[in-house]
Amino acid sequence: MSLIADAFTLVFVAAGIAFFAAGTLGLVRLPQTLSRIHALTKADNVGLALIVLGLLPQAANVLEGAKMVAVWLLAQLASGAVAQVMAEAVMAETKATKDAAPPEEGHP
Amino acid sequence: MSLVFDAVLCLVLLAGALGVVTTGAARPAVIAFIGYGLLLGLAWVRLAAVDVALTEIAIGSGISGVVLLRCVRALPAEPLTPAPNRMLKPLAAVVSITIAAALAAVVLALPEPAPSRAADVAAALPATDLGNPVTGVLLVFRALDTLLEKVVLLLSLVGVWALSRDPACRGRPAPLSPEPAPAPSAFLARVLAPIGVLVGLYLLWAGADHPGGAFQSGAVLAAMGLLLVMGDQIRTPAAESRGLRLLLLAGPFGFLAVGFAGWATAGVFLGYPPGAEKAVIIAVEVAITVSIAVTLGLIVLGPPAGEERP
Amino acid sequence: MADLLFAAATLLLLLAAAGLAALWRAGNDVDRMLAVQLLGAAGIAVLLLLTPATGDPALLDTALLLALLAALAACAYRAAFGPARQKAGTPPAVPRP
Repeated sequence: MSLIADAFTLVFVAAGIAFFAAGTLGLVRLPQTLSRIHALTKADNVGLALIVLGLLPQAANVLEGAKMVAVWLLAQLASGAVAQVMAEAVMAETKATKDAAPPEEGHP
Repeated sequence: MSLVFDAVLCLVLLAGALGVVTTGAARPAVIAFIGYGLLLGLAWVRLAAVDVALTEIAIGSGISGVVLLRCVRALPAEPLTPAPNRMLKPLAAVVSITIAAALAAVVLALPEPAPSRAADVAAALPATDLGNPVTGVLLVFRALDTLLEKVVLLLSLVGVWALSRDPACRGRPAPLSPEPAPAPSAFLARVLAPIGVLVGLYLLWAGADHPGGAFQSGAVLAAMGLLLVMGDQIRTPAAESRGLRLLLLAGPFGFLAVGFAGWATAGVFLGYPPGAEKAVIIAVEVAITVSIAVTLGLIVLGPPAGEERP
Repeated sequence: MADLLFAAATLLLLLAAAGLAALWRAGNDVDRMLAVQLLGAAGIAVLLLLTPATGDPALLDTALLLALLAALAACAYRAAFGPARQKAGTPPAVPRP
């Protein structure tokens, strides 16, 4: 039984790390900041989810397992909202530079 | 294998520290420092000091990140003069390296095994009804240090408020952002802050028997308060409010009152009444948690901007 | 099993550090914030992996705190470097009609 649980853990943790690797690669290679945010949330959400899922059989008791899931849910909520915050910052910055670009036009 | 992990962590920490100091501009340096605080939290975990790790994560990468980002905003984008003195940077590097080398030498010179009172603490801990030795040391065996630490925290707020343009320290601190909060920040504040308050209270409660306690809890509560301010969910509090000042004083003065009561109940300053140790300790912890949370939050918010004109 | 979990944690740490280093030179400040967020996510995963590896359930609390405070830095960044940020000493701009 313990062997099956360990194998389950290894498979899912490895898959989680693969998602983290893909997220990191995307973060480094993708051309625009907005698409990089997309790559980051993949690592945050799916990578962490797979790792939590894989670690559940290793939890010492039910409470510990529940806490792991709670950590994932919290990270999920935070990373989703952080992606929005950062994306909004990018949009606002682009808008500000666009507004500032033609200074001769003046304001109505 | 754990050794490999520790070695990698040490290398990444060194690289992070170098990244913080060698990054030229202020903004990237602060961002690097936030990441560095995170790594430092992992290092404390590996040193089996989970209480310190919790504090480092909450203060090092959380609250001081907010303070430093604010400082960067307040600085001019381009330094006005190139540098006050060309010798200043090398001098600072030499002083830092000397201090680090001296500290390393002191640590290496410690006898093996290093002097420790850990066994004494473990032997005396059952008398306090506490399960977490760190809380035992902070609130019982070295309670005087903790009391003075709270006073120091209060004094640092006095220092911040002394920068106020208003001599009577009235009015509200300036908001963290000059514009209204964008929708995502407001959403985050509305959703995350209640959960965060719950986590903060949990850390306070867990601190009696597991890592956690008043400072960690206060730091989390302060961070959630800042999140609410940044999301425009609450206004920065008015500094002249009597309730606010009572909250600031509750911790240090409540602790002090318990300390003086110790002469009556236990015959010694900062002694706890026999039989009711744990109840009194928890009461003190709650009071100092509230004060820590409010003080830390107000330190980040900065000096009050003077009385509001209607 | 503990060794394998430590190996996984090491791998994650290296990944996040590599991402941080690569973005540090190439990207702008928002990208650097993203790299720090990635480091935060990796830190949460590392702490979760270390919990069964070391058998210390208190590590879960640090992971919880990391997940909670990851958002604080992003919000602070947005609040500090909004597009309409004022130069020191200039009065706030009057909103345009």
